[in-house]
Amino acid sequence: MNKHILLLSAAAILVAGCAAPLPVGERPKLAAADLDQLVAMSKRDFRARGIAGMDRVELDAALRTCNLYNDEPPREVAQPLEEAMLKAIPFPAGSLMGDWKRGQALAQSGRGMTWSDKPNTANGGSCYNCHQLSPQEESFGTLGTSLRNFGKIRGTSEAIQRYTYGKIYNSKAYNLCSQMPRMGHSKTLNEQQIKDLTAYLLDPNSPVNK
Amino acid sequence: MLKTLMGGVALALAAAMPLQAQVDIRKETQRWQQMIAEGSPAELFEIEGEDLWKKKQGPKNVSLEGCDLGQGPGVVKAAYARLPRYFADADRVMDLETRLLHCMLTLQGRSREDAARRVFGNEDRPSEMELLSIYIAGQSRGVPMAPGTRHAKEREAFELGQKLFFHRAGAWDFSCSSCHGEADKRIRMQFLPVMSQPEGVRKIVATWPTYLVRNAQVKTMQWRIWDCYRQMRWPEPVFGSEATVALTQYLTVTGQGEPYAGPGTKR
Repeated sequence: MNKHILLLSAAAILVAGCAAPLPVGERPKLAAADLDQLVAMSKRDFRARGIAGMDRVELDAALRTCNLYNDEPPREVAQPLEEAMLKAIPFPAGSLMGDWKRGQALAQSGRGMTWSDKPNTANGGSCYNCHQLSPQEESFGTLGTSLRNFGKIRGTSEAIQRYTYGKIYNSKAYNLCSQMPRMGHSKTLNEQQIKDLTAYLLDPNSPVNK
Repeated sequence: MLKTLMGGVALALAAAMPLQAQVDIRKETQRWQQMIAEGSPAELFEIEGEDLWKKKQGPKNVSLEGCDLGQGPGVVKAAYARLPRYFADADRVMDLETRLLHCMLTLQGRSREDAARRVFGNEDRPSEMELLSIYIAGQSRGVPMAPGTRHAKEREAFELGQKLFFHRAGAWDFSCSSCHGEADKRIRMQFLPVMSQPEGVRKIVATWPTYLVRNAQVKTMQWRIWDCYRQMRWPEPVFGSEATVALTQYLTVTGQGEPYAGPGTKR
């Protein structure tokens, strides 16, 4: 009896809700004002903790654009932003290939950048969280594309090294709304670490290419 | 010829393998989850939570039994399944934990500092908030999830939560949708539910709070959102803030209708 009343009242609430259905399952279209509201709310409802400062809720031009266009900005909007970021990547002189073995350890490590990480701990690249790389590592994520045989397919030319280094440094310079974190731009990884990851991806001796 | 053929077979095998592995991982995880759900310690925590609900505390030395969770003062039956909802006395939408905190402040006269000092517990000892949440949620077993959707502020909270779900920021440019936006994706071996769709989120909103085996702890929705933002490399969300309640409102409305089946055990 009690159960019936409960079910009935739950049904009544549902029916009332149906009178003007909320846009369940949809992705809302945003106006610039919505974005300002979200940033203001982030500033009010989040707080700095440990290494995670409030600068992290600020949006740069790239992220603002991606949020505004639901990650699908018109080409003419995206292109100048990509070009500006590409120009800003500080490519080191000389070879961009570091040590693939150190790169492997970085690819495995998902440490760093959370408020529970200490300022002096070495950050990892978190690569395996989203990508398949070496066939020996079966625990890999699938949010990103498979990078298996990345170098075997592309070779190790200067242009490929530059692309690989740049893509890790700032993925959004190549695809504005890429889901991949900007590992160099966000200061997660330093120059040497990105070189080591470049080697892990490109070196013919790296398990990625075996 | 033979070599080409062998190569072809090897390629076909290699192509088939990840798919095979995926199917097995999912099946194995489900089997394991079923196994651990049968021996959930959540019910023990419910008893502790009930004691805390009835315990006189604070400067006013009263229990929380007079707390109105939306169904009238002291009514715990089916209260959790109707949250979040709008509360006129606070003029805002509240989820369970935000409402409990509100009652600790207003009813028991405790300071916010005292009541919110330890909202998340650890392996040694769950927090008061976690034990209370487990007890209250347990009183909604079998009741379809039906958060408030009629009041203008309830609708506003849903819409705000929906926008926040897709909002990218933080050191790594992540939104909730970065991980929970596409079907059949994993982080390492962990499959990720699509939380923006009813079929992905129904079972989830109907099973929190829960006992988490990996943490050996009782955990609530406020904690789940908090820990997601930690891993998203954002700053820390404030407990019970409008942003966290809006997200819970968005997820619960998206998953509404599912009979509440917690608090149980999750990996």
